[in-house]
Amino acid sequence: MADPTTARPPLSTSGRSTRDLIRGLADVDWRRYVIYIAFVAVFVLFAVLLRDDGFLSQGNLLNIFRQTATITVIAVGMTYVIACAEIDLSVGSVAGLASVCSAMAIAHWGLMAGILAGLAVGVVVGTINGGLVSRLGIPSFLVTLGMLGIAAGVAQWITHSAPQPILNDTFNLIFGGGDFGPIPGLLVWMAAFVVVGAVVLNRTRFGRQVVATGGSRTAAEFTGIDTRRIKFQVLLISATVASVAGMLYAGRLQSGRFQWGSGDELSAIAAVILGGTSLFGGRGAVIGTLFGALLIGLINNGLILAGLESSQQQVVRGVIIILAVALARKK
Amino acid sequence: MSAVVELRGIRKSFDSVPVLLGVDFEVGYGEVHALAGGNGAGKSTLMKILQGVYTKDAGEILVSGTPVAFSSVDDAKAAGIGMVFQEFSLVPSLTVAQNLYLTAEKRNRVGMISDRDSRDRGRRIFADLEVEVDIDAVVGDLSTAYWQLTEIAKAVAQNAQVLILDEPTASLARNEVDALFGLIGRLKGRGISIIYISHRMDEIYRIADRITILRDGRSLFTRRLDEVTPAEIVEGIIGRPDDGALSYRERESSAGTDVLLEAITLYSGTRVRGVSFQLRAGEILGIAGLMGSGRSELARCLFGIDRIDSGELRMHGRRIDVRNPRDAQRAGIALIPEDRREQGLVLEHSVTDNLLLPVLDTIRRGPFLDTRSGRRLSRTLIERFAIKAGDADQPVRRLSGGNQQKVVIAKWLGTRPEVLIMDEPTAGVDIGTKGEIVAMIRRLADAGGAVIVISSEFPELLAVSDRVLVLRNGAVADELARAAIPDEESLQLAVQGL
Repeated sequence: MADPTTARPPLSTSGRSTRDLIRGLADVDWRRYVIYIAFVAVFVLFAVLLRDDGFLSQGNLLNIFRQTATITVIAVGMTYVIACAEIDLSVGSVAGLASVCSAMAIAHWGLMAGILAGLAVGVVVGTINGGLVSRLGIPSFLVTLGMLGIAAGVAQWITHSAPQPILNDTFNLIFGGGDFGPIPGLLVWMAAFVVVGAVVLNRTRFGRQVVATGGSRTAAEFTGIDTRRIKFQVLLISATVASVAGMLYAGRLQSGRFQWGSGDELSAIAAVILGGTSLFGGRGAVIGTLFGALLIGLINNGLILAGLESSQQQVVRGVIIILAVALARKK
Repeated sequence: MSAVVELRGIRKSFDSVPVLLGVDFEVGYGEVHALAGGNGAGKSTLMKILQGVYTKDAGEILVSGTPVAFSSVDDAKAAGIGMVFQEFSLVPSLTVAQNLYLTAEKRNRVGMISDRDSRDRGRRIFADLEVEVDIDAVVGDLSTAYWQLTEIAKAVAQNAQVLILDEPTASLARNEVDALFGLIGRLKGRGISIIYISHRMDEIYRIADRITILRDGRSLFTRRLDEVTPAEIVEGIIGRPDDGALSYRERESSAGTDVLLEAITLYSGTRVRGVSFQLRAGEILGIAGLMGSGRSELARCLFGIDRIDSGELRMHGRRIDVRNPRDAQRAGIALIPEDRREQGLVLEHSVTDNLLLPVLDTIRRGPFLDTRSGRRLSRTLIERFAIKAGDADQPVRRLSGGNQQKVVIAKWLGTRPEVLIMDEPTAGVDIGTKGEIVAMIRRLADAGGAVIVISSEFPELLAVSDRVLVLRNGAVADELARAAIPDEESLQLAVQGL
């Protein structure tokens, strides 16, 4: 729990009665940590119930991480956006577009061009999203909803809906295909994003400004924070991070495809909110986001092992997410 | 006295509507300078120009004698001008220490900020100011008073030379006001100047050295407070001699004998603990009490916002169940809430839409709203309550505070309630409008309605009430007939429980 802004229970305020204080602490203790409690509870539940289905095998556990990695990366960027009281619905299709642009550039011009092309997708989309939101004041919900369609459409259009194979082994190795000894490369990517994301959000002036802007835009503005710039930057970060996630899809699956990442925005948002970031901004927790994503991955994995059909999985997953958020809700 | 800040001939228009027409204003080193004027006189605009939020159209700003041009809040802050905002400028989700040094945090070589350093420096500032605040508390969990002290400390932490306090006591209890004034004294001692904006005459006399009065966008006069009488100030603000609206008058028709509303040992939440009272038709019942005494909570449960846990409410002797505001409205109860911007108005909607919101049912023709009769009703209300809204279709947000309050009152009176509850009806309202609101309350009672007035401003409470209930710790501690209260001081003592 590295996040000082969310993990600290509100301490006593002179003038409140001890009873309020105790009640306050009682409230906070479990609500703030509900994601960790839920994670452990679900893990233990599956460990017991799915003992014979290989849930606890090293292979399966690494699998959970592997399947969760890209969502986690996207969700780290999303944490910034939501902590800033904005939303980015375009991340899933940005990942898809980045995967195909990267794949096509590799086929034509090689490795470096491929990586740059993938990143360029994020930077361009992020600049457009951020510019429209911060300069023209259009709500991010609408801008990124539009961009969701545009990015997905472009990805499908330029590839004529065909998968773009990636034959460059180095690329596939770097972006998620390879392993570092027993540790999957994807896990390293995930860890890097989480660590950098958590440190920047909690321990840098920029991170503090993001949270302040989301907490009270007026207050931030009067404190001298350029809140338009902050809003621009978080949307730029989110799209760029999503484009990296797109390349992770491409590397792992050795191809670029417009469907990669499709629907990920909703999983990412769910992970962020489960992790304790306030949907209304002002509070952000990257470590929480990691566990939010892991919980979703855990549930997916467990339900598959339990032999549920994908339709049933969706229902159970939905119920668990609503339940967790309801429990974590601040009255 | 040399001036730390001097404004000369400031002019400002919005959309070609002139708001400031040449204002002169100066503040000396270590001076507390009161700034007074009616709603719409231009106080906020002037202060926002000094703050760098708005840019002036014409005129000069001098800081320590040097002309400056502010084009942003940062410029003003760099010149040492700090504002303690009426609409507070702290981020509720951050701690006190994090707020104090927001964007001014100390950073190490790799750019990581240190909360520990903010805490240490913050503690020292609070110790210097002799204020006790938990530096690690999340600001959103603090009471208004601490919120405000944090706000002041933040300005001091940023080396502000001039603090602008806008209605700082609006939601403070008496002892908190004393603490604030003590703090202002210490700030003065450190050579920090304070611009003190307030409608409260007693505070101005208590704390300020000089006063400048604005009227209609011009500075009317600047005088030392020991050379100006309250009557001169009031006349300066409202532009005519005080008509005594705020002093007690015998009611034209005395309260009836029928009990209209009766509360029997009401309990609600933790703040209302066994309140009983009777309210007669045509009566104005004042409710006094400290912050946290359960004043507002009583109003909330009478209007069905908070649940009544036990006890009984009777209207005309018949038991009524008030589980939500709709029930209350149906029973003939209306509430004018404490915070008009948050609870009383839809700020972005037009004056007409706001006025008609509670009475939509009455202006229906079949399933459709009858816009014509709606407009007629809204026009009548605007006239009857003398609401200054150039255009009934403009958003309520653009009206001055006093006129917004009149819209809230008019909106609820449009429902023709039998019992009207008003929570702090004159907070943040200028003295002219205050008089109008007091007159409105009297007229309403004279017409047979019953009114409950909750107020922390004793002069107005004493001006209108037939009877005053004193709440303490959620229960009725005292019930005083108006005639039994000789002066403000004795009511003050009753409220404090002395």
